[in-house]
Amino acid sequence: MSSNRKRLPVGGRISREVPLDFTFDGRKLIGYRGDTLASALLANGVTLVGRSFKYHRPRGIFSAGPEEPNALVTLGIAGRREPNLPATTLELANSMDVESQNRWPSLAFDVQSVNGLLAPFLSAGFYYKTFMGPTRRAWMFYEHFIRKAAGLGRAGTGPDPDRYEVRHAFADVAIVGGGPAGLSAARAAAAAGARVALIEQDFLLGGQLLAEPSDSAAAAWLRQAEAELKGFETVVLMKRTTAFGSYDGNVIGLVEQRDPTGPKPNGEARQTVTMLRARSIVFATGAIERPMVFSNNDRPGVLLASAARTYLNRFAVLPGKKIIVATTNDGAWRTAFDYAAAGAEVTVADLRAVPPAALAAEAARLGVMIRAGTRIVDLHGGHAVRHVTLNGPEGQSSAACDLVCVSGGWSPTVHLTSHLGVKPVYRDDIGGFVPGAFPAGRLGAGAMIGAYATADAIEDGHRAGIDAAASGGKSAPVPAPAKLDLGDTATTLLREAPSVGHGKAFVDFQMDVTTRDIELAHREGYESVEHLKRYTTLGMGTDQGKTSNFPALAAMAALRNATIPETGVTTFRPPYTPVAIGALAGRAIGHHFKPIRRTPMHDWHMANGAEMLEVGLWMRPYFYRQSGHDVNEAYVAEMRNVRQAAGLMDISTLGKIDVQGPDAAIFLDRVYANGFAKLAVGRARYGVMLRDDGIVFDDGTTTRLAENRFFMTTSTAKAADVLSRLEFLLDTAWPDLRVAVTSVSDEWAAMSVAGPNSRAILNAAFPALDVSDAALSHMGLLESGWGGRALRILRLSYSGERAYEVYTGATAGEQLWSRLLEAGRPFDLKPYGVEALGALRVEKSHVAGPEIDGRTTLDDLGLGRMAGKRSGFVGDVLRRRPALRAPNRQRLVGLECIEDGKRLRGGAILFLPDEKPYGHGRGRITSVTFSPERGHYVGLALLAGDVAAEGSEVVAVYPMKAETVRARIVSPVFLDPQGERLHG
Amino acid sequence: MLRIECPCCGPRDHDEFRYGGDASVTRPAHDDPDPEAWYRYVYIRTNPAGPHREYWQHVTGCRQWLVVERDTRNHAVASVDFARKSTLRKSPA
Amino acid sequence: MARYSALSIFRNALSGQKNWQRAWRAAEPKPSYDVIVIGGGGHGLATAFYLADNHGIRNVAVLEKGYVGGGNVGRNTTVIRSNYLLDGNTQFYEFSMKLWETMSRVLNFNVMFSQRGQLVTAHSADQLDGFSHRANVMRLNGIDADILDREEVRRLVPYLDFSDTARFPIHGAIFQGRAGTARHDAVAWGYARAADSHGVDIIQNCEVTGFLRDGDSIVGVETTKGRIGAGKVGLAVAGHTSVLGAKAGLELPIESHVLQAFVTEPLKPLVDHVVAYGADHFYVSQSDKGGLVFGGNLDGYNSYAQRGNLGVVREVAEAAIALMPCISRVRLLRHWGGVMDMTPDASPIICPTPIDGLYLNGGWCYGGFKATPASGWCFAHTIATGKPHPLIAAYGLDRFRTGHTLDEAGVGPSAWLQ
Repeated sequence: MSSNRKRLPVGGRISREVPLDFTFDGRKLIGYRGDTLASALLANGVTLVGRSFKYHRPRGIFSAGPEEPNALVTLGIAGRREPNLPATTLELANSMDVESQNRWPSLAFDVQSVNGLLAPFLSAGFYYKTFMGPTRRAWMFYEHFIRKAAGLGRAGTGPDPDRYEVRHAFADVAIVGGGPAGLSAARAAAAAGARVALIEQDFLLGGQLLAEPSDSAAAAWLRQAEAELKGFETVVLMKRTTAFGSYDGNVIGLVEQRDPTGPKPNGEARQTVTMLRARSIVFATGAIERPMVFSNNDRPGVLLASAARTYLNRFAVLPGKKIIVATTNDGAWRTAFDYAAAGAEVTVADLRAVPPAALAAEAARLGVMIRAGTRIVDLHGGHAVRHVTLNGPEGQSSAACDLVCVSGGWSPTVHLTSHLGVKPVYRDDIGGFVPGAFPAGRLGAGAMIGAYATADAIEDGHRAGIDAAASGGKSAPVPAPAKLDLGDTATTLLREAPSVGHGKAFVDFQMDVTTRDIELAHREGYESVEHLKRYTTLGMGTDQGKTSNFPALAAMAALRNATIPETGVTTFRPPYTPVAIGALAGRAIGHHFKPIRRTPMHDWHMANGAEMLEVGLWMRPYFYRQSGHDVNEAYVAEMRNVRQAAGLMDISTLGKIDVQGPDAAIFLDRVYANGFAKLAVGRARYGVMLRDDGIVFDDGTTTRLAENRFFMTTSTAKAADVLSRLEFLLDTAWPDLRVAVTSVSDEWAAMSVAGPNSRAILNAAFPALDVSDAALSHMGLLESGWGGRALRILRLSYSGERAYEVYTGATAGEQLWSRLLEAGRPFDLKPYGVEALGALRVEKSHVAGPEIDGRTTLDDLGLGRMAGKRSGFVGDVLRRRPALRAPNRQRLVGLECIEDGKRLRGGAILFLPDEKPYGHGRGRITSVTFSPERGHYVGLALLAGDVAAEGSEVVAVYPMKAETVRARIVSPVFLDPQGERLHG
Repeated sequence: MLRIECPCCGPRDHDEFRYGGDASVTRPAHDDPDPEAWYRYVYIRTNPAGPHREYWQHVTGCRQWLVVERDTRNHAVASVDFARKSTLRKSPA
Repeated sequence: MARYSALSIFRNALSGQKNWQRAWRAAEPKPSYDVIVIGGGGHGLATAFYLADNHGIRNVAVLEKGYVGGGNVGRNTTVIRSNYLLDGNTQFYEFSMKLWETMSRVLNFNVMFSQRGQLVTAHSADQLDGFSHRANVMRLNGIDADILDREEVRRLVPYLDFSDTARFPIHGAIFQGRAGTARHDAVAWGYARAADSHGVDIIQNCEVTGFLRDGDSIVGVETTKGRIGAGKVGLAVAGHTSVLGAKAGLELPIESHVLQAFVTEPLKPLVDHVVAYGADHFYVSQSDKGGLVFGGNLDGYNSYAQRGNLGVVREVAEAAIALMPCISRVRLLRHWGGVMDMTPDASPIICPTPIDGLYLNGGWCYGGFKATPASGWCFAHTIATGKPHPLIAAYGLDRFRTGHTLDEAGVGPSAWLQ
């Protein structure tokens, strides 16, 4: 077949001098710049484009916009594969490779079209009534085949090589829709002085004006309007941009397609999502034409009347020469006239008994045949339409044709306003739903509020533009807009009743929902609109029922003998048209999905053999490879070195909070379960905070730097929560306390020198400092400097050894780290990682995350005496609730493994030796380590108080490894219970 | 996005803030020993479908805790103020 | 009730589908009932069914302010699992799982319960140890559970990100083979039809506006269809429990929050399991129609608006790509919000209330769908006998006063963090 055989030699908004090659199912075809894929296919005489969801019916192109239910295709391969794209919104580009989908083995011969013959058994919801036996899991068997048959296109198979962006934008006035109303609104708002963003989904501005001949008055008006807007520096024209959702806070979500015909500089985003915040929004989203319902109304060759006109006038495609225009309203007559003028033989079948005289006169002038009071009842043809059966005052007749244009009226596009809960209301005079009352800052204009005539839409947009600008305080005088009267008066007064012929009459083309399905849903009581949708899957396709919702509602209303408003309205959900998930993710992919937090000493760790572990978002040394070939070997070596010589640990990730003010001591006294008021200046104290409900929240040390100044550390995980909590208490509970809290987490690098050699190492590193026990005793503070930088040394221990926490300014962290290592070399100072740290603390029974799990109390953790008889601190009252005081609550115990060659594991469930291991047991192991000191595994456990006597045995059961091991309950302090090593 | 007009920083997206829940509950004095008062403060919520006074902290901005009055049915924000101010008003002591 | 079967479909196909009956009658209220269940969602309808089926109480009405199944039963992401850690939760959800396994046949309505298995990815050794703890508890309670290593996960779900650029490399997973999904609307319709066949009146478009009292007892309800007397009233209106609770004079530890759900365009089979991302808030399955159904985290502030904010949409999309880079070009078709009753410990509340004649079923947080059958079963028992069913003993309203909270996540009483 010759290329572009349906293309007219002149006219349209295509660039005949820029041909574009593309393929469809491997066939090489040519279109032109300015085409959509749909117009290019039609121009090449391709009528069969896709297969429907359920019956695999042959389908063609039905619309010229995002409402397209039928012509879905797949683009690209591998990671670029993109299924289910409407051909009607795809801007044609060179070398586009297009595949049809949901067919096998080929589009023309699809095996599953046999489903159409089985249709009587595949009625709406048939699957709810069967596939329940013979066995309990029978559904899993049937489901396998159903899933294979369902779905449309296939997803990509790898990561997407293209890039996406998410950006933020602001405007005084956002205008959604670049048709006559939107253009007029943009001009008015800009002239009034507002910053305007005009959003248009198409690659051309104009909306329905693009369906007018390219040499018409409408085209001239459009040129002028666009030129005027380009003259405003304050107007941003966003073409190829869909407003996909309207959100709270006057935020609209936009997705912009890259110009597929333009150059592709490296890295330009394929799509950009914009979160546009506007003071006011004008919705000028237009209206969508409705189909008509009759037998076989889904065949290729049936087009919406306005779409047919668009293909003719915008794309210079004459898809048929013998045309039936079936309509309920005036608008479609313009299609008939234009096709007649283009040389086609046209018959108008108008459902109305007496069409307007002016239209009849024009029809007569152009030789258009009129069949008044007539409808199509059946259509014949397979992959293309051949003839239709008409029924009218003269009875039934057959009419040959190669194109059928239908118009069942118009539905205002109220999706975006519905997203925000503006309920659509039915207007009988236009036979459609328009938005109900708009909230402040949002306006509607043009066809979407029922102003269908172009002249009205322009006037309407003008008013909305002025009002929108004014609500943001911009009200410079605005000259009147240029007028354009196309004589396209208000339309659609007739509601069509579906006609029932012999074949299937489709309401939802994509989901294959027919009038019979709606009847069945009604018969079975699924008669609310939502039940209808859910039972029949109506409106659930990629088009979200843009063309089917209203006809379905009308059909159900007729069955229920109710009005349309009584029958209801469906709720529209974002997005308006489908949005690629990758576009929403933007650049937050791969390594950029979440930030990575690195300590000041990170580079050193990386350069010196650290195996890193991510904790929260922090990268921390897990262990150092020179300590051992795997983590188990390394951590034991590292902890041994700490106990025997000294270790250096990066603890910069700790939360650090500066607490200042005359009431700082009182404040800390209230937020910690243990007292801080009497803490002496220069001393540190371990503290535990509770939540208001009495459960342990976090722990850390706080040091009194001065009378009114404290330095608090928190756990790494809770740093942000603790700070926020402190601020909350100061702002909302105790505003009378004169205290300020400030995070200094990122200001300080911190490292711990632990082990018997630690004091000697500090001595060597800072010969001028006095770090003798007299000058710096356990829990003491020493503030000094080194090389002009701050130096803060706290003598604290987590490992149970003599240890010092050394702080300096973050930028000097690595230098100090190296200096300590250098000074420590003669003393066998080696770095150690978090695994060794965890092991060291288990041996000393210091609780951490596994024990402070958000469910344990002070008493559970054996820390009850810290609070002593105190009261008045956060969480004190509710920690006294009976269940939190019950004697058999699980509490912290030590366990040691008493079976040779076996080990303990965290997460093992504890049972008594003589009981059947079933249920939740008596407790669980929370943390374990191999103890080099004791030569076997030891662990911490939470165990029911009534069976937790030291010396008795429990069995630790770990079904995931089929392990059962005996353990003895011991004091949780496995090492140096007297704490002598702190001073060793 | 909700847009919250921070009295320090101007209108910002709500995801710059940390939510803090119902601000109409009364926190007992720190040394109030009444378990019932604490129980009600921690757990009982009127949870209205309508205007709701609630805490938000501008964590990525000025870090102030704010009291926002917002309608839970449509997210319309009626007022925003510093929590400190409204707390001091509530308890003149 | 005419039984559904392959044979009935065959017969009706031959007779032009003209002989199907209504799935449930369009009932109008009688002057009074033995039990009124407020809320025609999954839990309310299941309760009515089990009242009739287990306890022989058939003079029951279910009052629904809109249409049956219009609340969270029709808005969720349909995941069913029984992988709970804490004593009190574990057994309840496993009982629910067992009821799911027979539901289609018991109701004679195919709810498409598909036990395709659920896995949660782990991204560190510590996280996998935590999952092992959970799996140990499950196994010791007779529930299937497995721990998978990285290679086993790769074999099962090769389309996840196993590349070097994965921000959180997959270390392993916890897997429950009996977990899966069901067709959510069918659950509501199936219970409605089965309850109706036992004589239960299902009354739609009937909003409860107040309660009738005799002294301190509740003896009926005021509705938009008039006053209706009741021996007992059960409240099953999760999402709006506070609103109705306030009318009854109940003080509740509940906040309403929005959880968003998402569905993509229909695709040929890609995701054959339920997959949850252990590194962030994201979980996904694929419906039988082909759409990827997924969800994330709460929007994070009190809300009764059934819509979500764009920030969370983006966060969920980011997590989706982080776990499954191959769906970058797959397009989001629809997203919506459901209003959840959030409790201070993320566990539900089912119990008799301090008000005589009033029973409460709510606080389901975002776990209500999977609990539907067990909730109905146990709530029916509680209403019928006046005493809590043993499986819901831990779900009493007084637990917050006594401290017997069931906080699976351990995040404490801030409902929006649950």
